Order: sequence, then C-alpha cells, then structure tokens
Amino acid sequence: MNNSSTIAIPYRVPKRRHPVLLFVTQQPLGAAGLIVIVLMGVCAAFAQWVAPYDPLTVDYAAQLARPSAEHWLGTDSFGRDVASRIIYGARTALAIGFIASFAGCTAGAVVGVVSAYFGGKTDLIIQGFMDVLLSFPIIVLAITVVAVLGNYVVLGIDVNLIIAIAIPMLPRVERVVRASALAIREMPYIDAARAAGYSHARIIFRHIVPNVVAPYLILLTAFVAQAILAEASLSFLGLGVTEPTPSWGLMLSGAAADFYQQAPWMIVFPGIAISLGVFAFNLFGDSLRDWLDPKIKL
Amino acid sequence: MKLHALLLSALALAATGASAAETPKTGGVLKFAVGAEPPNYDCHAQTSFAFIHPVRPHYNTLLKFDTAKYPAIRGDLAESWKVSNDGLTYNFKLRKGVKFHDGSAFSSEDIKATYDRLRNPQPGVRSVRQATYADIASIETPDALTVVFKLKKPNSGMLASFASPWDCVYSAAKLKQDPKFPERNIMGTGPFTFAGHVAGSHWTGRKFDGYFEKGKPYLNGYVAIFISGAPMVNALAAGEVLAEFRGHSPADRDRLLKTLGDKAAVQETPWVCSLVVTFNTRKKPFDDVRVRRALNLAVDRWGGAQALSKVALVRHVGGILRPGYELAASEKELVTYPGWSKDINKSREEARRLLKEAGVPNLSFTFTNRNIAMPYVPVGVFLIDQWRQIGVNVKHEQLETRLYLAAQQRDNPTYDAALDFNCDFMDEPNLQLQKYLSHDRSAINYAQQTDRVLDGLYDKQSGELDKKKRYALLREFEKRAFEQAYTVPTIWWHRIIVHHKPMKGWHITPSHYVGQDLADVWLDQ
Repeated sequence: MNNSSTIAIPYRVPKRRHPVLLFVTQQPLGAAGLIVIVLMGVCAAFAQWVAPYDPLTVDYAAQLARPSAEHWLGTDSFGRDVASRIIYGARTALAIGFIASFAGCTAGAVVGVVSAYFGGKTDLIIQGFMDVLLSFPIIVLAITVVAVLGNYVVLGIDVNLIIAIAIPMLPRVERVVRASALAIREMPYIDAARAAGYSHARIIFRHIVPNVVAPYLILLTAFVAQAILAEASLSFLGLGVTEPTPSWGLMLSGAAADFYQQAPWMIVFPGIAISLGVFAFNLFGDSLRDWLDPKIKL
Repeated sequence: MKLHALLLSALALAATGASAAETPKTGGVLKFAVGAEPPNYDCHAQTSFAFIHPVRPHYNTLLKFDTAKYPAIRGDLAESWKVSNDGLTYNFKLRKGVKFHDGSAFSSEDIKATYDRLRNPQPGVRSVRQATYADIASIETPDALTVVFKLKKPNSGMLASFASPWDCVYSAAKLKQDPKFPERNIMGTGPFTFAGHVAGSHWTGRKFDGYFEKGKPYLNGYVAIFISGAPMVNALAAGEVLAEFRGHSPADRDRLLKTLGDKAAVQETPWVCSLVVTFNTRKKPFDDVRVRRALNLAVDRWGGAQALSKVALVRHVGGILRPGYELAASEKELVTYPGWSKDINKSREEARRLLKEAGVPNLSFTFTNRNIAMPYVPVGVFLIDQWRQIGVNVKHEQLETRLYLAAQQRDNPTYDAALDFNCDFMDEPNLQLQKYLSHDRSAINYAQQTDRVLDGLYDKQSGELDKKKRYALLREFEKRAFEQAYTVPTIWWHRIIVHHKPMKGWHITPSHYVGQDLADVWLDQ
C-alpha cells in the first residue's frame, strides 16, 4: 500500500497592487504632495475654466477689495482678482518649473554621464567647471545669468529666465549622475560592450543612461520645487516674469509690498501658494526617492 | 478715517508751519535720503534728482526760485537784473564779496565761463542744455560785477532758464585749467563745502563759513544717504533720515503717517512730471497716424487718474503743460482734444475703427517700460489694460534704466512704443514742449518724427511775449501734437513729501529739482 499522499498546501498568489496605490499606502506624505501637484496641474491646464475672473482685467471699482463671496481671496491694487491670478500663476510656476528643471537636469545628466564615461582629462576639465558653478548659490547664479541675458519671450515663456534657473541646477545634477555613472562604467557588461566594438554613443545611451534614470527622475522632481522658488524669487526681484503676467513671486512684489498692511491678502495667499507648491514637490520628491531606493526598502 | 484725519491735520500743520514766522536755529547736521547716486559731479551734464539733491548745496546759480512763493524768481548770485523792452538784453548786477570754496573771488567772468560752457561746450565736455541757451548771441562782462546777455531773438522762457538749478556756476580759472574740472571735483560758491563721497553709501557737505549770505546756512552740515525703496521708508520711519526730497507714493505716505504720527509733516503739490507714451514713428505700423491716434484714444485718462492716484504717485489729467499752471489747457479745452474726451466708449469705438482702417485690427506690440516700480509699473499696467480693451495685445518689457534709455535714445531705435518721462525744473512751455519738437531739433524726442508745423508753433510761442497770444499758440500746438500723436501725455504726477517736523525752512515746489541748496533749511532741536 502506498501510503504516500500529497498534501495540498494552500498557496495564495499575492495580489498585485497597482503601483500608484502602493505608493499611496507606503508613502502617504508623498501621496499628499502628489495630490497638491495634480491640483496645481489641473488649475494650470484648465485655468480659463477654473478661474472666476480674467487675471489681467483691471477693475478700478474693486481696488484692494477684501476677500468676499465675489472675490474669494480679495483683489490687488488694480482691482484684479487674487484667486484668479493665483490660479493662472500656477501655469507660470509649473511651466517654468518643469521646463527649467527638465532642461537643467537633462543637461546635468548628459554632462555627468559623459564626464564619468570618458574620465581622464575630460572629467578633470568638466569637474573644474562644475566646481566653479557650484561655488555660487543657486539664486545668485540665476540673478547673474538673467541680468546678463535679459528677457527673451517665446510663446509667452521667458526662455532666458528658464536658462537662468536651469544653469545652477546643472552641476548639482551632474555630480549625482556622474557618481552613479562611474559605478556603472566599471560593470562587466560595459567592458563587454567596449570589447564588442560598440560606439561610445551606443554604450552611453543604451547601457549607461538607462541605469542612471532613477536618480535623474528623483532630482527632476526635487528641482521642480527649486525652480518654482527660483522663478518666484527672480520675479519678486523684478528679474523674472513682468507685469501684468500672473506669477506668484511677482504678486508678492511691487504694490503688494506697499499695501501689505492695508491689504494683507495680496501677499498672504500668493505666499501660501508658493509654500504649498514647493512643499508638495519636496514631499513627493523625497517619497519618490524612498520608494525607488531598494536599500531603503530592505 | 483716522488716517485721513491725521493726514489732514499733518497737511494743515505743514501749511501753517510754512507760513508762521519762526526764528531759525543754527547747528545740527541734516540727514536725508537720496534714491540713487550721481554718476559724475558735473551739473551741466546731469538730469537726475540723484545728482541735484546731494550736489546742489555746493553751488549757486545766477537766479533761483523762491520756493516759498514758487514760481517767483529771486537773485542767487545776481543781486538785481533788468530785461530790455524788446526782450533781447538781460543785464545782471552781481553780488559783492562772493567767494569760491577755495577762497578765490567770484566775478562776472565766472558767469560768462559757465554759460559759455553750457551753450557751447568744448570738445569732450557734455552740456545737455545747449538748446536752452541757443538764443544767446553774446555774453559781455563790462565790469567784475556786471554781466550782459544779448539774445538773437526774444525768448519768453529765458529768465526762468537763468534760475535753472542745473546751471551751477563754476570758477572760470578752474575751467581754463581744465574744462572737465567739474566732472571730478566739487568747487562752487554754495552754502556747503564738499566733505566727502563714499560710493554706495553717502555724501557729506560741511557749512561754508565764507558764504555770502550772513548767518546762512543754518545747518553745520548735511549727509545724503543713498538708500531707496522700502529700506528708505523704514529709515524715514525710524528717524535715521529726516527727509527724502523726490517723493513718496500714497501708500508710503500713509504708512509713514501711521508710524510717525504728529512727528511727521506732509507737503503735497502737483508735479512738473508726466509719463508720456512715445511711438517709434520710424517703425511700422506706428508710422501710420491712425494707429497712433487709436492707441491714444483708447486711454481713459480721467478714470485712470482717479483710480491710480490711490495706489501710485500720479493724479492729475493734463495736456503738455502741468494742470494748474497758468498757461496750461483748462479742463474744458482738454476734453476737446482727441484722447481726452470723457466719453471713453465713443473714443474706443473710434479707436477700433481706426485700427481696422489701418489694417491692424488685432495689433500686437511690445511696450518698453522702465523697471522702476513707482510710477512706471502701475501706469504701464494701466495702459496695457486700456489697449486690451480695443483688442490690442501688448507685451510688457521692463528694462533697467540704462537699457531703457538706450532703447529710446539710440540713432535707429527698434522699440515699438515706450513709456517715457517728461520732468522739468519748472513750468515753462519752452522746456515741456521740447519732447514734441522734430527729432533734428530736440535731443529728447524719441518718437523720431519730423513735423515742421509743430516746430513753427514752438518758435512762435517761444518768441511771443504776450501771455494771451502765447496761450492761444500753445493750444494750437497741443491740438496738432495730439492729432498726430507721436508722443502723448498720460497722467501727471503728484508730489508727496513726508519729513520729520524738526526739519524746517524747506518748501515743496512742483519740481523735485528746485529748492535743494539747503541754505534756508534748519533743525528745530
């Protein structure tokens, strides 16, 4: 008699959760940041439907009006609706923030990979130049660049302002990406690719770049917050976006500084918008880093 | 309400303070703020308050304005003067015993050397007032205390020009040694000697013991501190400085009054300063009078003045001359000019029609402005909004002062339209009209147009000594200027000065350039 029998061990296939849901449960703060970012994005994309008023329309009958049912966040010294200007300001903040961050991070990543891959004198020269750029605080370097370049508006976006914000990001991203690329450069598959006679471009773009995408993405998110802050700072200093374009930083300068006692809503609400936007991107960036980092997961 | 009451009482106090006879006290050092720094030390080459406020106390001029009785003129280095009936000869008797700060004696030769430098500067020397004195045929000095100016033709503004605060009298001996001496050195006959200039920080003057007016100046000295914007208002509120003589915005005034209470005095007056829109007539479509006229018609000056006066230092609606000035257009006359009608809807309808007729119904252009907040930015925003209302899309370009001036002043300017300023040291058509003269006759015309009709009217009014006739000619000039709309005034400024009450003897005038020699200023402490 064969006594052998099989015991069925119940096995439950783990339910594969949606990555977004996983992110929300594992990183609730990051999820909160993401919600704010999505809200900002919606405001920016659909500003003309979301905003109660045209942000440029001057209404002298409503100058410095207090927050009310008519104007939720009050009006400024030209009678323009503060809420509408904040909603449209999200468009400026996100457009400049994303484009500058993308430009700065991408350029930094390319330079970092090239520097790491070629090494030697190329690396030495690039790192020397990066050291010079790193010696300037972000905002000081941005002010210098924008003062030298002036304004150059294309399709309503100041290209030189974006360049001014992107340049200080470049060396910071370059350093991080270079560190990752240096480790990858020593991997056997890179040696194999070299031995196979692949071109430098192919090795860089097919084998190194995909492996530095994670730190690149994390920096990209983190630097959007920096870019939003830089845009607000430069506009506040009169070097960024010009009147009457709605911009959070610009809303804090000029007449807002003159009327901060009489009409505090002119500075309080744009200030909250800047803080919330920057805070949201920072929370999301930090959470994304934690979520993507396998060491932290262990 | 409280602030209003405080303001009214402060204004009333200032007014009574100005009229009450108080015995000046001697001593003390006046500290005041200046919003910018002078680029060099030569009066004849300068146009900014940043220069005149710290530098003027070192110099005298031939005549000067009696600030307590503005626009009355009184002698400064001249004791008395006579103008011939034909208006062609000006004979000045000069003061005795006047000395330069180096101890050398002043004479008629110094006046001659100064005015020769102003009207006919040597190569390398810059005078921005050549046009003002173009009518002088000769300057004679029959003796050490007499100077005679002979004119080529009568000039109704000449006497006032001799009171210009910019025409600092220099030493003939020093100019002979080096015509550029005043660019790097301060040496006048004024109530204060030069004690020092720390770049980026302050300018110091010390009482000149050898000053010709006995007992003056009352102050032992002054310190002009270079500070602007919110820090300047804070310094004033804290008593670090007792005054700033250019002007404050209504918001700053209210804030200072709230902080200083009865320690502050306020003086206000309409200002001989207006912001004007200049169209680059060498560039399409601004070479088309219909386009310029349309843009002029779209601006609601009456509504704008009322609204902007609450938030900016502009307040008055006027034409080319300051509202309130005896030769300026009355409101009744103003409303007949294109762009000054009170029926803004009708004007805008006409503006839209003109743009359509000119083939640019959806006009887009760049509006060049100065990046100085007050009052350039609020007026810029206002104008852009006005033009939006006739379907015009405007890009606002705010430039730093050097670039802003360069954009308009270069030989072949590329700007579309710009917000320019027209500020003078006094109400005088010969000065205010220069902006509207043909480009080849006026260095400050940035519209680049040539209009001999306007030039002819300018010459006629300038030579007209009869006030009534001159008034009529000025109306003709304005009508032509606004119909052509090369350059059009927007809203006139309103000067507000808040100072600490212990500073006495200073009277506000419609110009921030005059009354700054500080000879009569004293500290009640």
